[in-house]
Amino acid sequence: MTKTLLVALSKLVSGANVRWVGCAPEVRQRIYFANHTSNLDALVIWASLPPPVRELARPVAARDYWIKDPLRRYLANKVLHAVLIERKKPTVHDNPLADMLTALADRYSLIFFPEGGRQTGTEMMPFKAGLFHLAKDRPDVEFVPVLIDNLNRILPKGEFLPVPLLSSVSFGTPIKLEAGEEKARFLERAQAAVKALRPS
Amino acid sequence: MNLKLDQQTIWLVGGVLALLVVSSLIGWGLSLRTASDQGRATVQNLNARIRAWWMMVAVFGLAMATGGIGSVVLFGLTSFMALREFITLTPTRYGDHRSLFWVFFVILPLQYYLIAVKWYGLFSIMIPVYAFLFLPIRSAAAGDCEKFLERTAKIQWALMVCVYCISYVPALLSLDIPGYAGQNGKLMFYFVLVAQISDVFQYVWGKILGRHKIAPIVSPNKTWEGFIGGVACATLVGAGLWWATPFTPWQSAGMSLAITFMGFGGGLVMSAIKRDRGVKDYGNLIQGHGGVMDRIDSLCFAAPVFFHLTRFFFT
Repeated sequence: MTKTLLVALSKLVSGANVRWVGCAPEVRQRIYFANHTSNLDALVIWASLPPPVRELARPVAARDYWIKDPLRRYLANKVLHAVLIERKKPTVHDNPLADMLTALADRYSLIFFPEGGRQTGTEMMPFKAGLFHLAKDRPDVEFVPVLIDNLNRILPKGEFLPVPLLSSVSFGTPIKLEAGEEKARFLERAQAAVKALRPS
Repeated sequence: MNLKLDQQTIWLVGGVLALLVVSSLIGWGLSLRTASDQGRATVQNLNARIRAWWMMVAVFGLAMATGGIGSVVLFGLTSFMALREFITLTPTRYGDHRSLFWVFFVILPLQYYLIAVKWYGLFSIMIPVYAFLFLPIRSAAAGDCEKFLERTAKIQWALMVCVYCISYVPALLSLDIPGYAGQNGKLMFYFVLVAQISDVFQYVWGKILGRHKIAPIVSPNKTWEGFIGGVACATLVGAGLWWATPFTPWQSAGMSLAITFMGFGGGLVMSAIKRDRGVKDYGNLIQGHGGVMDRIDSLCFAAPVFFHLTRFFFT
């Protein structure tokens, strides 16, 4: 019930045009990695997946943001079923990668933002190493690049009231870690795959 | 706002439904006969337009059936969708976020509220005076001066076309025309029909005879043949519908001419904006129709002019 409501609300506010450019929405284990521009990103990608695919997908999100108040805690834990990670000071006991790998071992898909934070300018920030480690540990999972366009104008950083413009979510062709591919090279290629989805 | 469902309304609605049935049949027939790829694409586009017209007529009928208030809500929603398309395509900056919030959640609903309570003295100036002065103040207070004049113009223009102008369509229901009380729904139907059918005729004549382009850079699809044929046909249709309006046949022809000219101008200006922004359509909200903005570009320029002409000469 809350899920249906949240999906409808997210679609209404974001006016998201969902484009499956490089792959079809399939029920299989995937990591959707996207550019991060707004607090709505995870919600909008999650809502744009068809219900059976959505059931399996868990957004990876910053714990400090999502446990701030009861509403956010409820949404993150009960509705989005998010994998909450510590991004400020990861320790051996509090290792974000381990949480993600556990979720993957439980056969979930992940919605992941490899920039590590929201971009404020027009350019994407360099991808952090997390994506590479996931690709190395789980070569069997499909890595799907996702481009989010215009959401940063709907809810910019530092604002709490959204303006209902139109946005788009584009899903690209899955990429794979090549044999012996270096970290920097893979991360660059992954980012290029996201950028390539920008509508001309 | 109680609108009477009289004999003439039934004729109008019945006529449009009959027209849609015929065009759907023609579209279906064409889809069976057309062989070439290009021809098939054209027919598919035509059929998508016809299907979307069915949708629009259904929605419009619903609005009429609710007696006025439905129309205000319908056009309010149309404004909302047009506005989000327009602002999406118009780059604004972070400093405009709060102004945009006002535009969407205060000014737009307020304008339609004023229309609903028929407060002519305020709905005709609320946006061009109060909103146009308030918004730049709000943006300036946000402290971002970069491209300030340009951003202000964009937001004001968006409000003007998408909200102010469109709201003049349901505003037709507020006109007090002697001897025409309770029949304003027909006037609104007449207006929308003439404006939209002029688009259709221009499209059809352009497809059949179109050779000489009017403004090839702005809108390659607009030709003199399409324009003249479309305006002539729509004016004839409008004149033939005089019995549903407060006008005589000649007056009705004149009004239709004004509607089609303004409608053409609106289409041209919207095309220029689209070219400037480098897009072909405003969105894909209605199947086969580009966006909402693509459908109502002719309405928004024609509505205030038609309203004020009628108000000046007939009330």
